[in-house]
Amino acid sequence: MATMQSPAADPAMKPGLDYGAAFKDACLAGIIAFLIFGLLLGYETQQTLTNQIILVPRTMLLAGVVAIVVIGRFLINLWSAHRAQTLKTAPTKTTNPLLLKLEAQAGPAFLIAAVLFPAIVIIANGELQSSRYLVDLGILLLTYVMLGWGLNVVVGLAGLLDLGYVAFYAVGAYTYALLATTLVKLPGLEWLAPWMFWICLPVSGLLAALWGVILGFPVLRLRGDYLAIVTLAFGEIIRLVLINWVDVTNGGAGISSIPRPTFFGLPFSAADNGFAATFGITFDPMHRIIFLYYVIVALAAVTFIVTLRLRRLPIGRAWEALREDEIACRSLGINTTNTKLTAFSIGAMFGGFAGCFFAARQGFISPESFVFMESAIILAIVVLGGLGSMLGVIIATMVLIGGPEMLRNVESLRLVFGSDFDPTKYRMLILGIGMVLIMIWKPRGLISTREPTVTLGKKAQAISGDFVKEGHG
Amino acid sequence: MQVPLWEHDTILSVERLTMRFGGLIAINELSFKAARGHITAVIGPNGAGKTTVFNCITGFYKPTEGRLVLYHGKPGSDLLTPLTDGATPDISDQQGRVFLLERLPDYLVAQKARVARTFQNIRLFSGMTVLENLLVAQHNHLMRASGWTLKGILGLKSYRQAEAAAIAKARQWLERIHLTARADDAAGALPYGDQRRLEIARAMCSDPQLLCLDEPAAGLNPKESGELNALLRGIRAEGLTSILLIEHDMSVVMEISDHVVVLDYGTKISDGTPDFVRNDPKVIAAYLGAEDEGEVKAIEAEVGV
Ligand SMILES: Nc1ncnc2c1ncn2[C@@H]1O[C@H](COP(=O)(O)OP(=O)(O)OP(=O)(O)O)[C@@H](O)[C@H]1O
Ligand SMILES: [Mg+2]
Repeated sequence: MATMQSPAADPAMKPGLDYGAAFKDACLAGIIAFLIFGLLLGYETQQTLTNQIILVPRTMLLAGVVAIVVIGRFLINLWSAHRAQTLKTAPTKTTNPLLLKLEAQAGPAFLIAAVLFPAIVIIANGELQSSRYLVDLGILLLTYVMLGWGLNVVVGLAGLLDLGYVAFYAVGAYTYALLATTLVKLPGLEWLAPWMFWICLPVSGLLAALWGVILGFPVLRLRGDYLAIVTLAFGEIIRLVLINWVDVTNGGAGISSIPRPTFFGLPFSAADNGFAATFGITFDPMHRIIFLYYVIVALAAVTFIVTLRLRRLPIGRAWEALREDEIACRSLGINTTNTKLTAFSIGAMFGGFAGCFFAARQGFISPESFVFMESAIILAIVVLGGLGSMLGVIIATMVLIGGPEMLRNVESLRLVFGSDFDPTKYRMLILGIGMVLIMIWKPRGLISTREPTVTLGKKAQAISGDFVKEGHG
Repeated sequence: MQVPLWEHDTILSVERLTMRFGGLIAINELSFKAARGHITAVIGPNGAGKTTVFNCITGFYKPTEGRLVLYHGKPGSDLLTPLTDGATPDISDQQGRVFLLERLPDYLVAQKARVARTFQNIRLFSGMTVLENLLVAQHNHLMRASGWTLKGILGLKSYRQAEAAAIAKARQWLERIHLTARADDAAGALPYGDQRRLEIARAMCSDPQLLCLDEPAAGLNPKESGELNALLRGIRAEGLTSILLIEHDMSVVMEISDHVVVLDYGTKISDGTPDFVRNDPKVIAAYLGAEDEGEVKAIEAEVGV
């Protein structure tokens, strides 16, 4: 076989593309795949009529999967060899100027797109009701963008690996749910009811930040893997408290009929004092959805602007310096514990705002919404977007959350996989494949360059990701 | 012989410093003084304990025993006893302030006692620009100016002025180390020699009273080494910062230092002016690896002392 030649083929003759080695490696991957899937996929257990369990071999399926692995691995090998070669020959111009321009314009462009989105959807659909799905999807995406930006402060800027971020999302959500449902019942406070959301929003953020400090204090003297494990545990502890403290949180049953946000005091109802009647338009439940959409646009915009500003202040620079080298920070007189705590609590605060919004939008929350999987997805958004990059978070959210969601409606998939194919069942699989592909293609995330916070010259030139550290705790 | 300057205008006094790592005694009852406004060199063979002394002074290690006294100004000598007996890390009078460095955590040694340092293995913020590195060094000053971030978020004028001043100061240091043209490049992208000078400039941007340099000339070529000497002499000429220096390169030590302390196996074997140390038989023996007195004599005869 020609491809099994010695891998030591003269590199000058055949620069880079070594088919033999690539094929060998692919075969090895195939063997590993066979060992892993041999029992998992190779046999199916079936119950016979006599209630016995028998093994039915699924040779074709196993062969197919192993073949996919071998071919896929072979192609990846060839491609990465090809890429290493082009990188070697071409002078490394890591920063794509177009991307740089994009990053600079990202804020305003994203804001304009987000503000116009419902109008475009509604005009395209011709009426309100049928636009609901897309506007809801917009709300979902923006919530994740906001959570991603919040976690980005902790993981991307300060370099602290936090696996329990969802805890602060939960604190925000439960703060609103509990405050709103109990306060309105107090005698003499009924008039507050329409304003509940606007009162509780800052409270949620502040409480989440406070919890950030409380949890952060014992945790932040740990580093790296230890920090990750303990934050993960804290995320779970908060969830278990929510499940088991039934008197306050109503346990696993959750809290329902949470007051909905009002249009600055005007409820979205068909009543005479409602939003529609006051503005003289016909009542439509979509009004509230569109309003919620703009609330999350505003919240995300605030997150964006505040983070952008913080990055350019001494505190933000200290966060990044902490990620780069903690010992050097201490030698320059920076109190690293306090600096970490501020990063932790500001990230938590944004999570709290998002949680408050989530509770108000859903009208119902339960501990189910705050499982570890959520933390993992938000972290995946930050990591795949590129640590520290705000634009990266937007793109990663579109890919990881929007992508699987959009697949739901792709009819052609049904044609390929049969009529009972339900793409939502494969959401996690698609998410996983997406992550693996991005990590192969861009190991440092979609946007790996770093924007300087201050420049002496006029031209802002991004820093190649090769120099930027990822933090170690 | 007149009393040397380090005895009557002391900035740092290391007294009976001992540092043990498990069974290993890295520093053994070390005492020396560094003079204000001078360059004091600490030399010694590999593993002598030089970096460990620095780590004790800058608070990264807690000394097993001993006292590290740092003087700002010329406070009365009667302050030291009550300070040592008390529990506070510092005490002051009209003329100045005394610190016991072993009582301060590392970041307060830098922030309050104003001791800055560089590292044997360069520790720059490599993903940040050269300018950003110099601004991070002014963190505490800028934090105060930004009203602990509040004024900064609102973009108040007082903060913007403070930031402009910080950038001006950084720019001044960039000119001194000839790196103005590379201000907006990643620090990690600089050549090795430039990184060494940048690390010194970064330490200087924190306005230190005492600057501790751990082998600043290591790995530099003769030209870069010359530039470094000029930079250090410039800092000394300003008279605001005293320098404590670890160095292997004898030419650097003899050329720029006013006072040399020699360590071997954690103990001080010589202490004095460069000329004195250069001619000290114990130093020659330690550096040439001589075992006993007889050999030392032989070596002395050989080098013609
Ligand atoms: N953290 C530590 N734990 C244990 N032993 C240590 C530690 N730091 C230093 N030592 C030991 O203390 C001794 C002195 O080390 P130190 O780094 O101070 O030497 P040095 O004089 O700076 O040497 P070099 O010229 O090689 O930099 C060495 O034997 C070293 O192994
Ligand atoms: Mg050393």
